[in-house]
Amino acid sequence: MAYSDKVVDHYTNPRNIGTLDKSKNTVGTGLVGAPECGDVMRLQIEVNHETGIIEDAKFKTFGCGSAIASSSLATEWLKGKSIDEALKIDNMEIVEELALPPVKIHCSVLAEDAIRSAINDYRAKNGLEPIESEKTHF
Amino acid sequence: MLKLPVYLDNNATTQVDPRVFEAMTPYFLEAFGNAASKSHPFGWKAEEAVDYAREQIAQLIGGNEKEIIFTSGATESNNLAIKGVFEMYASKGNHIITLSTEHKAVLDTCKHLEKLGAEVTYLSVGGDGLVTVEAIEAAIKPNTILVTVMYGNNELGVLQPIREIGALCKSKGVLFHTDATQAVGKMPVDVMADHIDLMSFTAHKMYGPKGVGALYVRRKNPRVKVTAQMDGGGHERGMRSGTLNVPGIVGFGKACEIARLEMAEEGARLQIMRDRLEAALLQLEESYLNGNKTHRLPHTSNISFKYVEGEGLMMGIKDIAVSSGSACTSASLEPSYVLKSLGLDDELAHSSLRFGLGRFTTDEEIDYTIECVSGAVNKLRDMSPLWEMFKEGIDLKTIEWSEH
Repeated sequence: MAYSDKVVDHYTNPRNIGTLDKSKNTVGTGLVGAPECGDVMRLQIEVNHETGIIEDAKFKTFGCGSAIASSSLATEWLKGKSIDEALKIDNMEIVEELALPPVKIHCSVLAEDAIRSAINDYRAKNGLEPIESEKTHF
Repeated sequence: MLKLPVYLDNNATTQVDPRVFEAMTPYFLEAFGNAASKSHPFGWKAEEAVDYAREQIAQLIGGNEKEIIFTSGATESNNLAIKGVFEMYASKGNHIITLSTEHKAVLDTCKHLEKLGAEVTYLSVGGDGLVTVEAIEAAIKPNTILVTVMYGNNELGVLQPIREIGALCKSKGVLFHTDATQAVGKMPVDVMADHIDLMSFTAHKMYGPKGVGALYVRRKNPRVKVTAQMDGGGHERGMRSGTLNVPGIVGFGKACEIARLEMAEEGARLQIMRDRLEAALLQLEESYLNGNKTHRLPHTSNISFKYVEGEGLMMGIKDIAVSSGSACTSASLEPSYVLKSLGLDDELAHSSLRFGLGRFTTDEEIDYTIECVSGAVNKLRDMSPLWEMFKEGIDLKTIEWSEH
């Protein structure tokens, strides 16, 4: 299977690999996927309490090139967005940006799940209700 | 000069040896006759070439040329052997014994026969990929007609105790078929010494062309027959109809001759390179060899790099052609059933690469592969959350994973 140039670019030069201090209440961590499925993504955001803006985002991913590219792209898009804006990121935008083939759509779904999971972790740490996903995949 | 990409997928297929190619060429344009045409020189010439190839092939495996039935490849040979025995020996019984790690051409044929009334025992293998003769003996029943066990496994390269299984089957009066696709031409295979009644093998795994294979069918002690699976002109002693692929058969014969003459030296050379590659890659932390280390084909190595996903790894070594047990590389989204049969966790099965060296592999290519794979594994581990957890001492089994 041939990968798109953008997938290759994110795989070769992944943006924002790393780990944020998950003990801080400004940091939200999302860990989604499962080792036996061949994909695990950990996506973290650091939110400025005052402005509600995501000031930093980091990821680590175990998975194929498309999974790595999806999470790398997600961290790029998250930085500078408010929580509300971040929640609007749709997996199909990732599919379009990276030109993912149908068999790799689940990688983009995983990235969207990771964003929501990180946001909900941040909300839970700060005494807020989790946001239910209105979307159902598959 | 190192030429990229490097081909290390010789268990999938091999390059045609130029000497084989050269032997085949006259049979396309000049000697193009039908080997079944008995009335003119075109047919005679083709038949002569086929007969010669039959001898070359029989000589490699210690059989008689009359015992070689030409097919389109090992998949067809496996189908013909198993379905053909099931039909031919229906009055003797309906029980077949095989392994859970066989190739799909054997497993799916057995599943098909189950629908037609066969009783099939799928024996599991040990953690090293090997079955024991005792396990097979214990599975043999009065209605057992066939034991089918592959010679060398395509994913792991492990060699089953074929000679012992053959002797057991002979003593029990049960027919013994082996899928020897990966072994013939790579190591000495002798149908007499190994007590093999039926054996599938193919040209394209041993530097011959694709689209031609053979089924060895024993003619003496015992005389074995299989029911044809295609109706037609009654070629190949009535067991396989269809006009013979003369250029392919000529190439297959030449490939067998070269293998017979060069196998010992080539096997030793490949094993040295394979062992060097393997030793270097097993130096990486948390990397594991899959399958028995000793009872193995000389040119195959299957290694899992824990906490790294196989397809992601293959993308990092894009100039090296290998195959992976990862789900992502198969249509089924399931990791390799062979690796799972060894009792490997899914995550280790997802992290495996199979290296298959061949006649044209060079030391320079091995050097490049060691450097490239080691670099990619380290890079991907730096971005793997599982590796980070492992390094922090977190047991991944204690985590509640969200499946999707």
